[in-house]
Amino acid sequence: MLHLVTQASKYLMILLFMVYTFECFHVFRFENRPKRQMAIYSRQRGIMYFIHFDAFLVIYLNTQNVQVIGFYLMQLILFIGIQLVYHLFYKKASELLLNNMLMLLAISLVILTRISFDKALKQFLIMIVSTVLSLLIPIILQKMTSFRRFTWAYALVGIAALSVVLVAGAVSYGAKLSISIAGISIQPSEFVKILYVFFIASMLYQATDMKQLLITSVIAAVHVLILVASKDLGSALLYFVTYLVMIYVATRRLAYFAGGLAACSLAAVAGYKLFSHVRVRVLAWKDPLSMIDKEGYQISQSLFAIGTGGWFGMGLCQGLPNKIPVVAQDFIFSAISEELGGIFALCLIMVCVSCFFMFLNIAMQMKDQFYKLVALGLGTVYAFQVFLTIGGVTKFIPSTGVTLPLVSYGGSSLLSTMILFGIIQGLYIMKSQQAIQPVTKNAEQKAKAKKPAKKKGEEKINGSKKTKAAAKVKVKDLSK
Amino acid sequence: MEAKKPKQQQKSKSKTSRNKNLEFSVITYIFLLLFICLMGYFVYFQVVKSEKFINSPYNSLQDLFSKNVVRGEIRSDDGYVLAKTDVAADGTETRSYPYSNVFAHAVGYSVNGKAGLENQMNFSLLRSHEFFLEQIVNDLRDQKNIGDNVVTTLNYTLQQTAYDALGSYDGAVIVMEPETGRILAMVSKPDYDPNTIAENWESVSGDGSTALFNRATQGSYAPGSTFKILTTLEYYRENPDTYMNYSFDCDGEFTDSGKTIHCAGNEAHGKEDLLSSFANSCNSSYANIALTLDLDKYNDLCNSLLFNRQLPISFESSVSSFSLSSSDPRSQIMETGIGQGNTLVSPLHMCMIASTICNNGTLMTPYLVDHTESYKGVTVDTYSPKEYGTLLSSDEASFMQSYMQEAAASGTAGKLAGQSYTAYGKTGTAQVSDTSDQTNAWFVGYAHKDGQKDIAIAVVVEDSGYGVRYAVPIAQQVFAAYFQ
Repeated sequence: MLHLVTQASKYLMILLFMVYTFECFHVFRFENRPKRQMAIYSRQRGIMYFIHFDAFLVIYLNTQNVQVIGFYLMQLILFIGIQLVYHLFYKKASELLLNNMLMLLAISLVILTRISFDKALKQFLIMIVSTVLSLLIPIILQKMTSFRRFTWAYALVGIAALSVVLVAGAVSYGAKLSISIAGISIQPSEFVKILYVFFIASMLYQATDMKQLLITSVIAAVHVLILVASKDLGSALLYFVTYLVMIYVATRRLAYFAGGLAACSLAAVAGYKLFSHVRVRVLAWKDPLSMIDKEGYQISQSLFAIGTGGWFGMGLCQGLPNKIPVVAQDFIFSAISEELGGIFALCLIMVCVSCFFMFLNIAMQMKDQFYKLVALGLGTVYAFQVFLTIGGVTKFIPSTGVTLPLVSYGGSSLLSTMILFGIIQGLYIMKSQQAIQPVTKNAEQKAKAKKPAKKKGEEKINGSKKTKAAAKVKVKDLSK
Repeated sequence: MEAKKPKQQQKSKSKTSRNKNLEFSVITYIFLLLFICLMGYFVYFQVVKSEKFINSPYNSLQDLFSKNVVRGEIRSDDGYVLAKTDVAADGTETRSYPYSNVFAHAVGYSVNGKAGLENQMNFSLLRSHEFFLEQIVNDLRDQKNIGDNVVTTLNYTLQQTAYDALGSYDGAVIVMEPETGRILAMVSKPDYDPNTIAENWESVSGDGSTALFNRATQGSYAPGSTFKILTTLEYYRENPDTYMNYSFDCDGEFTDSGKTIHCAGNEAHGKEDLLSSFANSCNSSYANIALTLDLDKYNDLCNSLLFNRQLPISFESSVSSFSLSSSDPRSQIMETGIGQGNTLVSPLHMCMIASTICNNGTLMTPYLVDHTESYKGVTVDTYSPKEYGTLLSSDEASFMQSYMQEAAASGTAGKLAGQSYTAYGKTGTAQVSDTSDQTNAWFVGYAHKDGQKDIAIAVVVEDSGYGVRYAVPIAQQVFAAYFQ
């Protein structure tokens, strides 16, 4: 019977998560029907709560650990709390992003509880702290308008924090990642990446002349080189790609982007030739089974887990995720794929893609170039980190040892990602408030005109350049 | 309202805003592409690549399945059950092997670390493709599902014949179909009884016992005169137009640089050409030939025939070794030419070479599993013949075919003449080392009969005597059983 419940839940969770993921993209079809959208969003939340419940039911039945029930209820309270705060105070925040965040947190707590109850509990406590902090961010963003003026503070704090790790950091798996302060291990690069994005954005929003680009590049290079020196190659790559993307968008020159990528490839080849630990990693990536005793062990275990789990997974508590070293951090995706199934894992990737779309969406909608670049930079950081970690554990690219945002175990990663989501939600709120007055006027005007007439009007605008320019001026006037 | 898709937004705003956001769209699409590639790879991994990882003996997840599945059966191609799991009334499971020692190395065992097909096919045996409703009913009743059966390419009759023919000698017999690569028999002695291996583990695996070792695939033997197949091929390659003019006057021994090579029993073969040298297995003549060869090309030939590399088989197998360089003394070149020296081969490898010659130069990848099926007989996976590659030109293959036919018709393997089938082969009598008198008897060859598939065979009889006397009769019995 236990087996049957476990197996049936497995299929049910996959099915529901597929529906959830489908809705993430399907909801855009109802752009002009807010009621319909709200219905979809609340259905998504229903699915999220059900998957969360079902998973914990299975975990409880398999472990017979009564603490799991209490833990589940605490999580439920947190999720409902987050949802309530948003619905009461941040009505204009993105519902989809909120749902995705809750879904990823729920999946994280499910799989962490299954891997290690203690770790899950620790993560949950950090989650509460992170939630409180990230809920404050939209208010701070609204009240403080001077974020664009701290340019050099961002750079200084960032470089200082990374340097401290380089000098005094603890070595884990060959790289220096963290420092211990008062017994708490902190991974500064997780936080510095937000400062770093703010730094580049504040440099480039005003001017993109040669001098400005050069200064930005030098400071960015300092960040990247410190990370390389700490052997934190995953973060170094992440920082570099973020820099490239932001430079490209700010200058609108594809040549910079292409040139940067070419330089990056050259650096990769040089790294391969120069450093033996890089070569070993690449070899372990090419054929992990041949090096299973040492370098290939981790990735082999990960692939055993993903492969044996197959499309439908082994079922919660039915696999051996703890066979994979650091499964709770870098290899969480493998554990999810092993027990919840390959289809579930694919849906998880698509939910991350949906988050990325929402980041870039607000970047496009904002008018203020500074916040446009901030949203773009944070979106890049998020998406590329997801790509690096999932690509690494599935052997698509060599493993670089970065975490899966919101899902992996680790306080720094969780807190920084929650801050990141908080900033994006703050931008959504800011955007809607800026637009409130003109938009309501616009809406009134539009409401007066009948629908077919509106379409015609649009075509006209597109058709003649003059009217288009005129319309633009009008809009500008209104926004004043 | 707040959740606007880029596209939608472009529509509702003026065109300038789209241009303004062009770079944002580019970045969005670049990342979208990256993620599509990532997901595509994930699907590709699950569909194609995952099998290699799932079936890896290092994958400890496999054994979890035994909680809910009764291990399936292993069967021979002709329907005999080689391994099965008996479930007692109280639910205890015992793995039993009805033909005990006969299939020991091929089928293997599933305790104390697993070996053979039990190891290689572990995952299939522990998967159940019962009808899903039946599985649900089993779940509700708290009963295990029945695992899939593995149907091998092994032929019971041939295996039993080869096993009996080898008798009390240590050694190995391996038989395969050159046209498909199917392995029909695989015998290795000394052997063990897989039924009692857990109880007898100490004595079977302890010091001084090599019973667990599968000599057919893992054995490393000096090839002796069977290696003259390769020496002859190399001479033919280097002298394509003049090889038929080769002549040698054999007085029973050949001396060069102070080293004397003797013919078997010091027999003087008299005047010989290449063909009679091969058929007589004349050591003196071959020592003479070896000294004329281009060593680089000789190495190339052996490497292209899979020396010094992993054989393409999913079974544990040894790597055969061959090397000669111009710095080696002439004595070593002479010895290597007649299959002594440092050359080592496995019976499987020699069988694959015979198979390549028989199949006109193309090697088929050897395999042991025909298909897997659910316990109700519904096929789950089928393994079909795969071409490994063309190792010899068809001209070289047909040249060698005629030489091996001559050896089996009138030469050292003449015992195989006058049967209902045509035999092709080469015998060997390999000295184990310079310091001992122990010799291993070899036969490597194949047989053809119209209307039936050809079969290739390699036989090693350890510590016996002449190949003609000890190895050829075993091949003869196997051929007879197959072509009867």
